[in-house]
Amino acid sequence: MANQRQIVGQPSPRKEGAAKVTGRARYVDDLTLPGMWYGATVRSAIPRGRIVSITFGPAIPWHEFTIVSAADIPGENAIVHVTSDQPCLASGRVNHVAEPILLLAHPDRAALPAAVAAVNIAYEELPAVFTIEDSESGKGIIWGEDNTFKTFLLQKDRQPVPDEVWQRADFIVEGEYRTDAQEQLYIENNGVIAEYSTTEGITVRGSMQCPYYLVEALAHVFRLPAEKCRVIQTETGGAFGGKEDFPSVIGCHAALLAMKSGHPVKLCYDRAEDMAATTKRHPSRTRIRTAVSHDGKLLAGEIDFTIDGGAYVTLSPVVLSRGTIHAPGPYHWPHLTVRAKAVATNIPPHGAFRGFGAPQSIFAIERHMDKIAHTLGLAPEEVRRRNFLTTGDRTATGQLLSDPVDLDRLLTRALEESGYHAKRTQFAKENPGSTIKKGIGIASFFHGAGFTGSGERRLASVVTIELTPAGQPRILVSSTEFGQGTNTILCQIAAETLHLPYDDILIAQPDTSVVPNSGPTVASRTAMVVGKLVERAAQKLLSILMQSGHLPEDFTPEDFRRAAIIYLGLHGELRSTVEYEPVTSIFWDDERFSGDAYPAYAWAVYIAEVAVDTNTYTAQVTDFHALQEVGRVLNPTLATGQIEGGIAQGIGYALYEKCIWQNGTLANNQMTNYIIPTSADVPPMHVSFEEVPCPHGPGGAKGIGELPMDGPAPAILNAIEQATGIAFTQIPLLPEDIYERMAAASAQAIAVALTTAETAA
Amino acid sequence: MTIISTINGEERAIEAPPMKRLLDVLREDLHLTGTKEGCGEGECGACAVIVNGDLVNSCLVPVLQADGAQITTIEGLAGEQRLHPIQQCFLEEGGAQCGICTPGMILATHHLLQHHPQPTLVQIQEGLAGNLCRCTGYARIFKAVQQAANLIPVP
Repeated sequence: MANQRQIVGQPSPRKEGAAKVTGRARYVDDLTLPGMWYGATVRSAIPRGRIVSITFGPAIPWHEFTIVSAADIPGENAIVHVTSDQPCLASGRVNHVAEPILLLAHPDRAALPAAVAAVNIAYEELPAVFTIEDSESGKGIIWGEDNTFKTFLLQKDRQPVPDEVWQRADFIVEGEYRTDAQEQLYIENNGVIAEYSTTEGITVRGSMQCPYYLVEALAHVFRLPAEKCRVIQTETGGAFGGKEDFPSVIGCHAALLAMKSGHPVKLCYDRAEDMAATTKRHPSRTRIRTAVSHDGKLLAGEIDFTIDGGAYVTLSPVVLSRGTIHAPGPYHWPHLTVRAKAVATNIPPHGAFRGFGAPQSIFAIERHMDKIAHTLGLAPEEVRRRNFLTTGDRTATGQLLSDPVDLDRLLTRALEESGYHAKRTQFAKENPGSTIKKGIGIASFFHGAGFTGSGERRLASVVTIELTPAGQPRILVSSTEFGQGTNTILCQIAAETLHLPYDDILIAQPDTSVVPNSGPTVASRTAMVVGKLVERAAQKLLSILMQSGHLPEDFTPEDFRRAAIIYLGLHGELRSTVEYEPVTSIFWDDERFSGDAYPAYAWAVYIAEVAVDTNTYTAQVTDFHALQEVGRVLNPTLATGQIEGGIAQGIGYALYEKCIWQNGTLANNQMTNYIIPTSADVPPMHVSFEEVPCPHGPGGAKGIGELPMDGPAPAILNAIEQATGIAFTQIPLLPEDIYERMAAASAQAIAVALTTAETAA
Repeated sequence: MTIISTINGEERAIEAPPMKRLLDVLREDLHLTGTKEGCGEGECGACAVIVNGDLVNSCLVPVLQADGAQITTIEGLAGEQRLHPIQQCFLEEGGAQCGICTPGMILATHHLLQHHPQPTLVQIQEGLAGNLCRCTGYARIFKAVQQAANLIPVP
């Protein structure tokens, strides 16, 4: 072939990049449809109770408004994900603050805030539950029979830990670790525009990750066939999971307003509403008990992993599943039991956020590995090294690691590149004489790529590549671009497979009337799973053209275009469609929670350096090394950008981002007082990749998007422990938390000194 | 009231209530939707534009204050056919991911480079500290700014 230029692995510029840097890219709030009205949502002011009455204040010309309540829903009043417990609009009772009750629409956007404020809702309040402990105590039952959304039991070899292991262990190390909620804080809020016609059905365009999830949600709420529910993704200004499940809610709401008003309706939240009402990362509590030998070998573990799902199930069982599978860390456990549970509280439902349960359980195990090291008097890196999973081992779910795994090598390289040993020694020497205490810490971890367990089999994703009338290949997928680089990497894969220049490949805007269902854009699956399908569809398209006899074996882009146009002239169209083929060697048993949890894993060692100022009690990350093995890197600029962005979110998760709940209300639903890292807060980030091609992904790629969210928080807290000598176990860790423990520690030190002095006297 | 200002080099007369946010006037009245709203309270910088040489958050500016002003938005930065060097560098270095903070970030960079044609890393970090990005972790943005500083001739 004439064009042998490698495209995969090159820093091809972002496909939609020019539109983004010139401001020409159109996000949903940039669009105006003819005759369009604006929507707003009337929400619950209380965490739990019965709605006694709804009255409308006299100052508002209500005849100008469209008002939608649950009674207007033609189909099922439920947002269906895993179950159908979440109403589309509350009817009779509410289970969390900011639960939607009524929808309003008006031609003038400015008329809406006063109208929302003029709806008076009287409640009979019921006792509410806000914490994991209150929920599991069973004192107040707010969901089902026991407030439990889902449980999992993961047992190594499907056997309990034998009692004698605990008896003969040299050490038993126990710990409890907690993580709080975290807001995705995409800079573009959730928003959609909906249209309704009795003949055509519904069209919703908006900011989202998973257009076909919204199709399914609309079909339930409107009792319409899926073909009558058309969803178009507009340019999406960040998502991070926050636009995985939530667009099903706002999309149905806008469509209800469009149906009743007879106008297209735009429903775009402002920041305060988005933060108060939409999903966040699940808070978690992890209790770990480990039996360890004197030389640092893990003998057995029991892990209790509990997450707070909020008021409705949404995606909690799936988040719990990923969190459970990642709870053991990248270590070999002769015996292990993980008991996992998602519980209900009267907090707005928690949902998907990059990492999806794994950052929570990995935080716990990676803090615990340091605790084991300190208890045994071993170096943290040594305890990890002695327990790493390696090629040929089985994970806790029993998955045989047949692809090469070399965490030992990753650790050695990361320690060298970060100057870990020299710095640790230097900090230990300098800290006693300095008000700035420095530390360096490690996290080693893995992240499964693709849907958990049998998910990919069930999704059965489809990808098409078609030829445009001009003879250009165009990729048709429902996989969305929201900053991570979907458009770019899929076009690179197609270009390389078709032996065409990158610029010759087009990718369609995800519109469910045009693109097949290539699955949701989640779970680090797009590069590996959808990318592989694009590769196969491109191979198939090429072989059709070659077999037609119009494309020579050795062709130029001009030859390709000519052959394409001849083919289209003869046959009218050329569409190459492929469907996901389950890898027969990979099997997951949902009932026993065992088997091959993911087709592939990414592996990583992260090293954080911190400085804790003992005058201000602020902790600052001063340097960061991130080394990972993610298979083949498809685009080094995009891949590095993904890792750097994930590290910054991880720094926020560890040190800045705190959701303050007051009686179930998010009190800091503003960027003014919910603090994310700014350009002045990020350390130098040294990102490196080991490239071990993976057989499951296109050109050897694995998933990458979620991985960098997992490691920063535990690495940072491990570093803070070296700096301060205090073992913090909860994130976010704010200056006031550091102050509290350091003040207590120094008070204790003074008391000890006084007692010693008195005794001496 | 009628506001007259020069927007991207063109004099415009705008009929608007005096307290209407400059952001809304740009987006709704002038259809310059490259200027984005992220927070509505001056924290995120997605709505940043340049007014009389100053970088301002247009969500905090009532349009009456823009009377007689020279305003540059993202739409005014590129030439007819080619990108401004800052835009080119953001594109090549991966400084834009989801793109929603990008217009504000690019205008903040434009403003920074006018005051510090060869900025240090700390000057870049401080110059962009009013513009939040949730995707990049800022590292690619810093590279884009440094690259742009090398491309733009020092006056």
